[in-house]
Amino acid sequence: MTSVDLYRTVRLIRRFEERAIEFVRSGEIVGGIHPYIGEEAVAAGVCAALRPDDLITSTHRGHGHVLAKGVNPARMFAELMGRESGLNKGRGGSMHAADFGLGILGANAIVGAAGSIATGAAWAHRRRGRDVVAVSFFGDGAMNEGMLLEAFNLAALWHVPVLFVCENNGYATTMPVAGAVAGSITGRARAFGIPAFTIDGQDPEKVLAATTAAVQRARAGKGPTFLECLTHRLDAHHTFEHRARLSYRSAEELSAGWSRDPVEIQGARLAAEDRAAVDAEVEALLDAAAGIALGSAHPDPAAALEYLYASPEVMR
Amino acid sequence: MPKLSYLKALNRALGDEMAADSDVFVLGEDIRVAASNLTAGLFDRFGPERVLDTPLSEQAFTNFATGAALAGMRPVIEFQIPSLLFLVFEQIANQAHKFSLMTGGQCKVPVTYVVPGSGSRTGWAGQHSDHPYSLFAHVGVKTVVPATPADAYGLLLSAIRDDDPVVVFAPSGALGVREDVDFSTLAPVPLGVGRIARSGSDVTVVALGHLVQDALAVADELAGEGVSVEVFDPRTVYPLDVEGLAASVARTRRLVVIDDSNRTSGFGAEVLAVAAERFDLAAPPRRVTRPDGAVLPFALALDRAVQPGRDQLLAAVRGVLTSGGHR
Repeated sequence: MTSVDLYRTVRLIRRFEERAIEFVRSGEIVGGIHPYIGEEAVAAGVCAALRPDDLITSTHRGHGHVLAKGVNPARMFAELMGRESGLNKGRGGSMHAADFGLGILGANAIVGAAGSIATGAAWAHRRRGRDVVAVSFFGDGAMNEGMLLEAFNLAALWHVPVLFVCENNGYATTMPVAGAVAGSITGRARAFGIPAFTIDGQDPEKVLAATTAAVQRARAGKGPTFLECLTHRLDAHHTFEHRARLSYRSAEELSAGWSRDPVEIQGARLAAEDRAAVDAEVEALLDAAAGIALGSAHPDPAAALEYLYASPEVMR
Repeated sequence: MPKLSYLKALNRALGDEMAADSDVFVLGEDIRVAASNLTAGLFDRFGPERVLDTPLSEQAFTNFATGAALAGMRPVIEFQIPSLLFLVFEQIANQAHKFSLMTGGQCKVPVTYVVPGSGSRTGWAGQHSDHPYSLFAHVGVKTVVPATPADAYGLLLSAIRDDDPVVVFAPSGALGVREDVDFSTLAPVPLGVGRIARSGSDVTVVALGHLVQDALAVADELAGEGVSVEVFDPRTVYPLDVEGLAASVARTRRLVVIDDSNRTSGFGAEVLAVAAERFDLAAPPRRVTRPDGAVLPFALALDRAVQPGRDQLLAAVRGVLTSGGHR
């Protein structure tokens, strides 16, 4: 994975998100999204350390993870727009984006829920003789969810090849970490015997290095690792937030966050012409993707409950 | 013919399916020593990777099973206490059940949740005596309540083989039921297909699980009075065998349902709603249920007073026979 590749990923996520926010404003995306702007280095660095057959579970703020794992942006846009050509055929939307062919077991809208799903999936693959690793992304808010702590216990006890990646962006919606987490975030993982590290979540290369070591450890059968990635959410918790006029962060705090923009941190490592070439490539890709999504069919209302059951049943 | 107990039938189904399919494994609390007997002998037979003794962490191991299912396995979770289902309602109703639709059919979640000892366990009081099958039916999770040993065997087999999440409630009051069974005839019983537990012509009594025994006893008693009671056991609460029920009620035109769940929005309410929509009844139907919002009190007489019983069923059947015109 080269510096250019990592830059391409953070740039792709950033521009995808900015375009998605525009689609929310124009009404093409209904219901809003949870922007990942500012946190791109985590998804880019973590997923760069994974094989195509490795697994991830994602969060309600999941576009970055899904894009970094390699989904087609046209199908991702189409999913956000509720189109039949979307990743989930328009049945999941922003908070449930999944692509099982790429090891993406789904974004999950219940905070902390997917830690145990990733643990179970990784355990099952190992039992079937495959050296697959699973990554579970979650935010700092999830550290207060009991079911996530239960998952740490199971993963550590059974040496499951799973990585717990905490994106500590400082806030659980509007609740600051300092007001929510007693003790330390890494301390909670260490209490279960899980090696836990706090890393710079704004630098994709540092995230990649830390994840690579954790993945090697997991594949070697040594069990889970916990990475706390210190990052900044530079946009709203949700696109509705601007309309709700929530106020919980100072301008100075946001400005300090922007001074460590992962797109700029990684972009600065590229020659100017290389960076310009990647930017142009990303724009062209997203132009095409948005066009495909906008031109895609809406699902047939008669099929609203299609896929509810694996076996066709006559439901009243 | 050998006698087969209900609990042994569940144990046998689980063991047979684990032997037949290496992707089937069981997880849960105290299952290595088989605290409930459901998993008796399975640890020695299949080892620790297929009989996975879990710490007390219901929410995590329920989602763990979902993750394992997404990776292609067929987990069976045993819950030692029915009320634990309240703890994992999120993991079943909001995760496992929703995955297939939300992903546009990209995955299957073939997890089976078995609860041996649902309902009143006599003297176990408020937090050990729930029977929450109506909750799962309401959200659309396939929900099974077998009444007989052969059905316990066949329905558990079908639940494990089903590609969707299925909750199997084995009522405490049914665990001790034994019947003569030719083991060579034990077979899967399809979900969503009820059975006539006793044929009759005057009134249909719908009963589930251990209450089928009560319905049969009441039918015996009424037979002595010249009343012919048909007992319909739907076997699965969801999907409900509406056609089977309709066929029975078309013959009897009178309907009583006995349901060991709370009255409002319970299974009994659903059966009566189906009756109101579809059936031409000769008398208003009745339901015998736990009271609204019931919590089982500890003292034996109080526990019994909250559960639907034979006396109430007898009165309800007599009631529909004497109201609404001639039979």
